[in-house]
Amino acid sequence: MRDVVTPSDAAIHLDQVCKVFGKPGSDAAYRAVDNINLDVRPGQMLAILGKTGCGKSTIFNMIAGLTEPTSGTVRVSGRDPFADFDSFRGKIAIVFQSDRLLPWRTAIQNVELGLEMLDTPPPERRAAAQAWLTKLGLGGHENDYPHALSGGMRQRVSIARAFATNANILLCDEPFSALDESTAGRLRAEFVRLVKENGKTAVFITHSISEALQIGDRIVVLKRPAVIAYDVSFDAATDEKERELIRGRIGDVLAA
Amino acid sequence: MSETTSRTGLSRLATKLSGAATRLGKSVLPFVVVILLWQFASLFFPRFLFPSLIDVFWRCIDIFTTGSMFADVLSTVLRILAGLAGAFVVGSLLALSMVRSRAVDQFLSPILSLFQGIPALSWVVFAIIWFHGVEFRIFFIMVMTTLPAFTFQVLGALRGMSKDLMEMVFSFRPTRMKLFRVMIVPAVLPDILTAWKVNLGNASRVVVVAELVGATGGVGYELLQQQQLFDMAGALAWTLQLVFFVLIVQGILTLIENTAFRYRAVSERAI
Repeated sequence: MRDVVTPSDAAIHLDQVCKVFGKPGSDAAYRAVDNINLDVRPGQMLAILGKTGCGKSTIFNMIAGLTEPTSGTVRVSGRDPFADFDSFRGKIAIVFQSDRLLPWRTAIQNVELGLEMLDTPPPERRAAAQAWLTKLGLGGHENDYPHALSGGMRQRVSIARAFATNANILLCDEPFSALDESTAGRLRAEFVRLVKENGKTAVFITHSISEALQIGDRIVVLKRPAVIAYDVSFDAATDEKERELIRGRIGDVLAA
Repeated sequence: MSETTSRTGLSRLATKLSGAATRLGKSVLPFVVVILLWQFASLFFPRFLFPSLIDVFWRCIDIFTTGSMFADVLSTVLRILAGLAGAFVVGSLLALSMVRSRAVDQFLSPILSLFQGIPALSWVVFAIIWFHGVEFRIFFIMVMTTLPAFTFQVLGALRGMSKDLMEMVFSFRPTRMKLFRVMIVPAVLPDILTAWKVNLGNASRVVVVAELVGATGGVGYELLQQQQLFDMAGALAWTLQLVFFVLIVQGILTLIENTAFRYRAVSERAI
């Protein structure tokens, strides 16, 4: 069941990637990621699962181009996301753990943010932002400031902000972890539908086995310092019994 | 039914009006007490010590309506605004370079701290010795006395920006200009307005000292004339010009704050 993706056709390619925080070789150095090899094919929804502090967010930041790897190669659509940072404008969108809405902007202005960076003309970006807010059930809240919205609504605005740029690659860092289970479940289902509908490649960081099984069509389990301990792919045809087996295996790997 | 509704509406309006009157009364009361005490003192002390506030009022009207005297007020106002603008621009540039480079920060921080310890009067003396032009001297004094505060305040605002929000904006790969427009300016604006409010008071005090020594016009120069004439009513009237100016600008800044920061959540429970 292990997914076979060749580096040349991978949307995201990590080769022998290490990340050391602090001066390498010194006592204060901390190896957060250790020789990771990972290929994600276009259109795949990869869930990266692991306990807190296992290096999930470091991998996430390296794919996003926000952190430079200490050694190894990171390629997104064939290019280095850190060195070619600007060339990824409009091509990578991120949904963070917290909503990270700009408090001085209304909901619709927050959704327009990415489109502003792409120099989309104001009427077009307003229409696109409005359409995404409506799609996510926030019609009527366009002119509300973030403080006037609930946690779930704010996270939906941040999802709309990520989708509005129509980026091919979507990175999500535990976006529903701060929400109550019923809101998180609803948003998760909406999120999966939108990713599938729009044919995005998505990397989803989580520490919940259930969430990984619900969202991903591939799950990679990380152990500290970020090394791949388990890698499994499945699809809609995978039956419940098999999913339970995967759940059990993931549980064993995490407990080991 | 409609009579009851209109009665409820009237009673609400009356409550609101009485609340507003109470708040107004509370803010005006301290001024009324000071005015009454001064006026009471003017009945028992000579005019050069405690002149009647009616005299002061007419002197104020005189300053407002006499072209040459009002020009003095305006020149002082312009000197304050020019000095503050100069210090703000230079201070912001210094703060930006300090945020971007640790070496620049380590180099400039001690120098700015040193400047903070130099009294305004010393800058007046330095300016008189170093420069010839009156206006440049005053501009120099204003900039040097308010520069450290502006720099440290803008620096604090830049450093206090949310790392999470900054990272989120960076994830969209903004150009430098767009990063400034969508993130940095709105994030630091509240602190910048506070810095202007604080420095406005300092600048209005410093400008008088600068004009006392180095100018041939302006409120400071006029105050010196009143001192030589032992004219307390005139001294008070000229002082009030500066107070009015500070109050007007503070009012404008507060108006900007109320409009620009309407996005802020307001808690029903005060601190």
